[in-house]
Parts: sequence; structure tokens; C-alpha cells
Amino acid sequence: MRSIINYLKEIILGVWSLLKGMKVTGSYFFRPSTIVTQKYPSNRKDLVMFERFKGEVVMPHNEKNEHKCTGCGICELNCPNGTIEVISKTIITEDGKKKRAIDKHIYRLGMCTFCALCVKTCPSNALAFSQKFEHAVFNRAHLIKTLNKPGSQLMKGVE
Amino acid sequence: MLPEIVALNTSSSLSVPWWKVVYDFLPLTQWIDSSLHNAMSPFWTTVTEMLIIGVLILLFYALVGLFLVYAERKVCAFMQNRLGPNRVGPFGIFQTIADLFKLLFKELVPIKNADGFLFNLAPFIVIIASFMAIAAIPFAKGLHAIDLNIGVLYVIAVSAMGVIGVLLAGWSSNNKYSLIGAMRSGAQIVSYELSVGLAIITIVIMAGSMQLSVIVEAQRDGWFIFKGHIPAFIAFIIFLISSTAETNRGPFDLAEAESELTAGYHTEYSGIKFAFFFLAEYINMFIVASIAATVFLGGWMPFHVGPWEGFNHIMDFIPPFIWYIGKTFFVIFLMMWFKWTFPRLRIDQLLTLEWKYLLPINLVNVLIMAFIVLMGWHF
Repeated sequence: MRSIINYLKEIILGVWSLLKGMKVTGSYFFRPSTIVTQKYPSNRKDLVMFERFKGEVVMPHNEKNEHKCTGCGICELNCPNGTIEVISKTIITEDGKKKRAIDKHIYRLGMCTFCALCVKTCPSNALAFSQKFEHAVFNRAHLIKTLNKPGSQLMKGVE
Repeated sequence: MLPEIVALNTSSSLSVPWWKVVYDFLPLTQWIDSSLHNAMSPFWTTVTEMLIIGVLILLFYALVGLFLVYAERKVCAFMQNRLGPNRVGPFGIFQTIADLFKLLFKELVPIKNADGFLFNLAPFIVIIASFMAIAAIPFAKGLHAIDLNIGVLYVIAVSAMGVIGVLLAGWSSNNKYSLIGAMRSGAQIVSYELSVGLAIITIVIMAGSMQLSVIVEAQRDGWFIFKGHIPAFIAFIIFLISSTAETNRGPFDLAEAESELTAGYHTEYSGIKFAFFFLAEYINMFIVASIAATVFLGGWMPFHVGPWEGFNHIMDFIPPFIWYIGKTFFVIFLMMWFKWTFPRLRIDQLLTLEWKYLLPINLVNVLIMAFIVLMGWHF
């Protein structure tokens, strides 16, 4: 008797779990709004990539053309591929002290694996990922980028 | 062909207004038959009628095959949060036609040490089996190529013949994957054919006939799935499961399990010979779906509720062919739904499901149904 009850229970539980699975796919089928596929080349104009997307490393500048990079070189040390090269220079501040600043922050996109170690380890949050993903160029030299804009300066208050 | 029509009506024009033909195809077929009789001898009439029906079925076959491939890809895509084909034509509706041309132009690769004759014969056996089955299906009132008095048995028998083609394909390919796939398919058909038969027998007990036209006519005051309440519903579920297994589809596609057997029995096939297998798979799905629609959901019979005359009359305005196609595609949708939901079964799980669950349930179900019919408890 017990075995018969177990047999029936097995069938009912089995059918129930199968129906649960069908509910998931069925709900997706009847709600086309859940589709995640993008019709990429045709919706290129209004395609918005999501926040977490790692397109390329950038150095955000504010409207006064200031960045947060102090030129400490931690990103260069952390990069597993030698993608980043920080060329620093010495400047003299207004009160006459010698200080280190970046001359060029060179980023070789062609060697980058988008591991995000540079962005995570930067002590002053100077680096970030942009959502741009169309990286194809006709010349390899275009993949070597200088992240700090010409004439930019260190933001006030960032040490 | 159509023996009841040969007792002819000799008028040379259609006896009803042309638009009424969609509700009853019999005057049209009778008119074609009588005009052919007037024009030529009985022998040539039969030959011509067979040719017409053959061409029509061939056309229908190709259209349904193309559409089902498209539908499957779209349904599967929507269930997986994708878009599916959307580049060729609006919503990708010409995608399967493009695929067909690709398959037509591809090279037929000859296999070294394969059994050439059987290798080339196998796709045709698969195709012919599904062709033979489609001939006996009632598409609409009067649109029924051959109305055998054992129609259900005939359809089940010939659609199961397709497995011979699968076995031959696997054997003659001289390839271990093909052979394993074919053997699995054989084991699967041998076990699941039982369930298909018993599920249908449950309904045959209710209808009291195996003739498809009689079965459809018996559902005039309500479809069997409603008339036979619980046992009919269980039989419908079992029929869905076992017929999916019989067509090597869905969670039961062990015969062509990509992850283990590359492509199973059609690993070595290319071009149009592969297309035959592919097409036959979809047409077999269409055939089992239309059998399910005919036997359980009333075939071309509109949705009638016994005593509600007005309601029945409104339902009669929708042509029978639409009802048939709608029901068939509903069943096909159900089959696609569980194909794209459940993971593939292992071979031992497959056989356990059949012999330990479906078969005992089915046998008890037949018994209950017989008892219900005996006591007159159905509607």
C-alpha cells in the first residue's frame, strides 16, 4: 500500500515540477518585453549599453578639464598585460613645492583584456570603464590611446 | 479513391455557391470527379485524381514543413528571450526558404565504405512513411483523401514505419554515432508505440470506431477530451508525451543527441538528403499533432456545446479547415513548449518513464474508460 502511495506521489510531484518549468518558459513566450536580444546595427543610434559593461578604460575629466590621476603608477603595476604606461613629470606648485604629475597616461587597447584590475586598484578613482564597444580601426596605432586630455590638470583636493 | 463520390452527380457545374465550399468540400470534389468522368474513361479518371491529390499533398507538405521550421525557431527564440530569425524578409519569414535553397545547392558527400544503396534509400523511406500517413488525415469536411475504416490504426502503423528509415540510415552510414543513434531510436519507438496505441484505444472505445470521419462526426456535440472527462484528458497527455517520443523530438531526441552523438543517425547526410530527414521530422510532428487534434479535439468539428443551439450555430460560421489548422497548431505549440523547456532524458530514464509510468497508467486508464462507457457516465 505504502509503495502505491509513493508511486502516485512521485507522479504528481513529477508532473507538478514539470508544470513549474513550463510556467517559466510560457511566461517568457507570452511577454515579448522580456526579449534581451538587440537588433544591433539597425538600432545603433539609440542603443544604450548597461552600466556594468566594460567597453574601454577611460579617465573621466570634469568640465574644467581636470582629472583625478596623481600619477602614482599603481595601475601600471597591477596590469597583467603591460597595457598601461604612466609617464610622469615633476611640476612646481604655486607654493613652490615639487610635485609629481602625469605627463601621459598611455593605454594600449589592443593588449587590454578588460580585467578591471586598474580600475579597481586606483586609489583616487581616476579610471573608469566607458560603454563604447566599437573598437575596430584600420591601423593598429590608433589603439594606443592617451587617456589624459591635453592641457588637463589634477583635480583640486586629490592627493 | 473516394468510392462514395463515384455514384455521381452528372451536372456539369458546381451545385452550391462557390463560397459555401469552405464549409463543405464534398460538392467541389464531386464536381471535379463528375467532370473528369465526363471527359475520360474511369481508369484515367482515377489516375488523374490520384495525381491531383498527390500534387496537392506534396505542395501542402512543403509549405507546412517550411512554416513549421520557421515557427519552431521563433517559438524557441521567444521562450529563451531571443528574437529568432529576423533578417530575411519581414520578421524573418523567408529564412526557411533561404535555408532550403542552401540545402538544395549543397554537395551530397559520398561516404567511403558506406552501404550506398541503403544509404540513399533511407531518407526516402522516412519521407514516404510520413507521406502515407498524411493521406488519411481529414483536413476539413469532405477534404479527406482516403477514408479507411481503420484510419487510426493505419496512420499509427505507417507513421511508425519511418523508424525503418532511421535504422537503415544509422546502419548504412558505417559510423558509430549514427548506429548508436539509430539503435536508440529503435528502442524508443518499440516502447512508445505501445503508449500511443493505448492512448488512442481509450478514445476508440468512446467513439466505437476507428474510421477517422466517424470519430470526427461523433464529436459533433462536444469534443472527446471534454466528453470523456478525466480518462480522456489523461489519454491526451499520454498521447502528447509518447507521440513526441515517437517523432524523436523534444526531450526525447536521444537519437540525434548533439552533445553525445554529433547528429545521431543523420551525421553523415548532407544537402538535400539531410533536408529530407529534417523535413520528415517536422511533418511527423504535424501528423501526430493532427491525429491528436482529430481524435481528442474534434478534428475539423467546430467547438460545440451539446444543447446550446445558438452558440453552436455561431461556431459553425468559422470554416472547418480553420478549426482543424488551429487545433493542430495548438497541439504543435504544446509540443514545442515542452521541447524547449525540458532537458533531454537519459536512455534509462526514457525507458523507465515508458515502462514504469506511462504504460501502467495507460492500462488502468483504458479500463476506467471502458467502465465509464459501459455505465454511460460520459457526456
